[in-house]
Amino acid sequence: MKRWEIFVGALLLCAVAGCGEPPPSGEQGAGTETTAENTAETTEGTMAETTAEETTVVDVGGNPELEEATDAYEEYVAEQIVLLEERTEPFVDAVLAGKVGRAKDLYAPAREPWERIEPIAAQLGDYDPEIDAREGDVPEDEWGGFHRIEKALWVEGTTEGQEEYARGLLEDVRNLRGEIEGLELEPVDLVTGSVELLNEVSAGKITGEEERYSHTDLYDIQANVEGSEAAFEELKPEIAGEDLALANDIEEGFDQVYEELDQYRRGNGWISYEKLDEADRRALSQKVDALAEPLSQAGQVLEKG
Amino acid sequence: MGDRKISRRDLLRFAGAGGAGLTLGAGGYATLQRATDTRDAGDAADGLLPGASKVPFFGRNQAGISTTQQEHMQFAALDLVTEEVAEVRDLFRAWSEAAARMTRGEPAGEENYSQFLPPDDTGEAFGLSPANLTLTFGVGPSLFEKNGEDRFGLAKAMPDALSPLPPLTGDVLDGARSDGDLCIQACADDPQVAFHAVRNLVRIARGLAVVRWSQLGFGRTASTSKTQATPRNLMGLKDGTANIKAEDTGLMDHFVWVPQGEGPSWMAGGTYLVSRRIRMLIEVWDRVSLAEQEGSIGRHKYSGAPIGKEDEFDPVDLEAKDESGEPLISSDAHVRLARQSADEKILRRGYSFTDGFDAERGQLDAGLFFISFQRDPHRQFVPLQQRLAASDRLNEYIRHTASALFACPPGASEGGYVGERLFESV
Repeated sequence: MKRWEIFVGALLLCAVAGCGEPPPSGEQGAGTETTAENTAETTEGTMAETTAEETTVVDVGGNPELEEATDAYEEYVAEQIVLLEERTEPFVDAVLAGKVGRAKDLYAPAREPWERIEPIAAQLGDYDPEIDAREGDVPEDEWGGFHRIEKALWVEGTTEGQEEYARGLLEDVRNLRGEIEGLELEPVDLVTGSVELLNEVSAGKITGEEERYSHTDLYDIQANVEGSEAAFEELKPEIAGEDLALANDIEEGFDQVYEELDQYRRGNGWISYEKLDEADRRALSQKVDALAEPLSQAGQVLEKG
Repeated sequence: MGDRKISRRDLLRFAGAGGAGLTLGAGGYATLQRATDTRDAGDAADGLLPGASKVPFFGRNQAGISTTQQEHMQFAALDLVTEEVAEVRDLFRAWSEAAARMTRGEPAGEENYSQFLPPDDTGEAFGLSPANLTLTFGVGPSLFEKNGEDRFGLAKAMPDALSPLPPLTGDVLDGARSDGDLCIQACADDPQVAFHAVRNLVRIARGLAVVRWSQLGFGRTASTSKTQATPRNLMGLKDGTANIKAEDTGLMDHFVWVPQGEGPSWMAGGTYLVSRRIRMLIEVWDRVSLAEQEGSIGRHKYSGAPIGKEDEFDPVDLEAKDESGEPLISSDAHVRLARQSADEKILRRGYSFTDGFDAERGQLDAGLFFISFQRDPHRQFVPLQQRLAASDRLNEYIRHTASALFACPPGASEGGYVGERLFESV
């Protein structure tokens, strides 16, 4: 970094943070729509709470291809939320009817749509802890959602006492569906979302801790990867236009991960994650890492315009 | 700022500097400024003589072998996942470029300030001295042939000296911690600098190679220069007093560097690296009497002198007898067995390690990560280790738990890369 660049940055920083210099007032009339001045003006004094993400959101508006990609991805997210409701209903019905076997069969497929869009869905209100908290993530008396019922089904082999959680789960999912209208994504959400889904796999799924009672982790992992790919697919033309080799690397990476996963398919579903030994898990993890690294470079398309 | 319009680019830069500054609080600017100064000023800012904390990456031989041994090490063995030899070549090129930068104290890649991308360099070495960082690369037998398959069309370039080591008596090797297609040896006087280097090189390799195993070494157990004292290993012993020293260029040429005409030409000026993870049975050793400890190695514990002598560097007299006519240095003492043959000299460059506690036994998992460099491991390391494995009294207190062999090609010249002659041959 050249010295003056730091200097300009530092001046701006001082200005917004109110450390000495007055805010750059008077520049607002310059006629620019969304520039640093505006950001600085509107957030003056509270800059410490303003995240870099908010700044970037300001910056990437106005590229029609990216806007189109974002709209298309919003539709995908909406579809998945609808699907989540459609699959959660029969699952909840089974729990309420005391049908343990049926509830177990429906559990993992019901979660797939959620796992495809989790980072985005988590932005729509506070549903993540309600729907998807694992044991120990929240205080015991607040713990509900999928994993609470998972434990009852697999550990205790019963639906008894789960009615409250089942109804709560369905209510949360329905409320989430109600929030679709308010879904307003930015191109940056596609980039971060696609990487976050893979980070979910690397951080929480490879270890088997997500589905610690049902061992249906492979459903989640496949869904995470599919969701990541859905976001990438929308961005792909832009990425390829900027850096074709990168787009190809990412595609190849998805292929490799799917190929690694495919060996664990059984019928319409997946084998128990317990069947994967340490070497199997490591191989899968490394394939995900190999994909996530180039994918993390996809953000360069946001610099255009 | 006046009336200067702020461009989109500036906004990004602003976000870059501001983001960091905000986390750092009011001192943010000063901190950033200082970090830049350290970079620009290099050694002067470290309070060291110019050049004193840097070891050049480029040269006739790779650094990290005959260069003065640093205090810390991070070693990694990788397996290739790519099937394209061109990608392996690109990896070595990219590694050499990044290595040259990092050994100069620069970031692994160009600095980037995009808010949308992860930084090219992971950042934990910003503001640190290069700390004599050296990066040494090697290739294992499995690069040339794996499961009987010539994976990259390189089989004909495989040196005989790189044939896998034969099974050695007493070995209890963990395959998952042994061998590998490639290796990176990072040594530095600052452990974070060594860690940073391996982390970034592994990141560069992502998608092409995966880490098979890695080992952290926290204290050197050898000296490779006459200016260094012999350190102690975790047994509290000075071992390796008789190591080859870099100043002995004749010995280096005879025992370490592969001469032109010996084996494939791409190895001329290179050397072979043997690594052995030698776990010490620490709890057992700590219960052993001083006499037995000294008798096992054949040296006095405190002075490091050969038994019956005063000074560490006094010559080892294998003929010396005590009053009852018994050899002062017993027939199974480590020093006797280690120096029985003058043809088996090796350059030792190992490190102490610990991987914490062994959960099964509740005992320290610690010992010596032995590294040696030699011109031909089958003529030097193997016979030496065979003899030690058969009779060394120290065997009661150690276990060889992992083993690896790598060919370290000669050094690269500026603009070139390590392994160039190997990969240009296909």
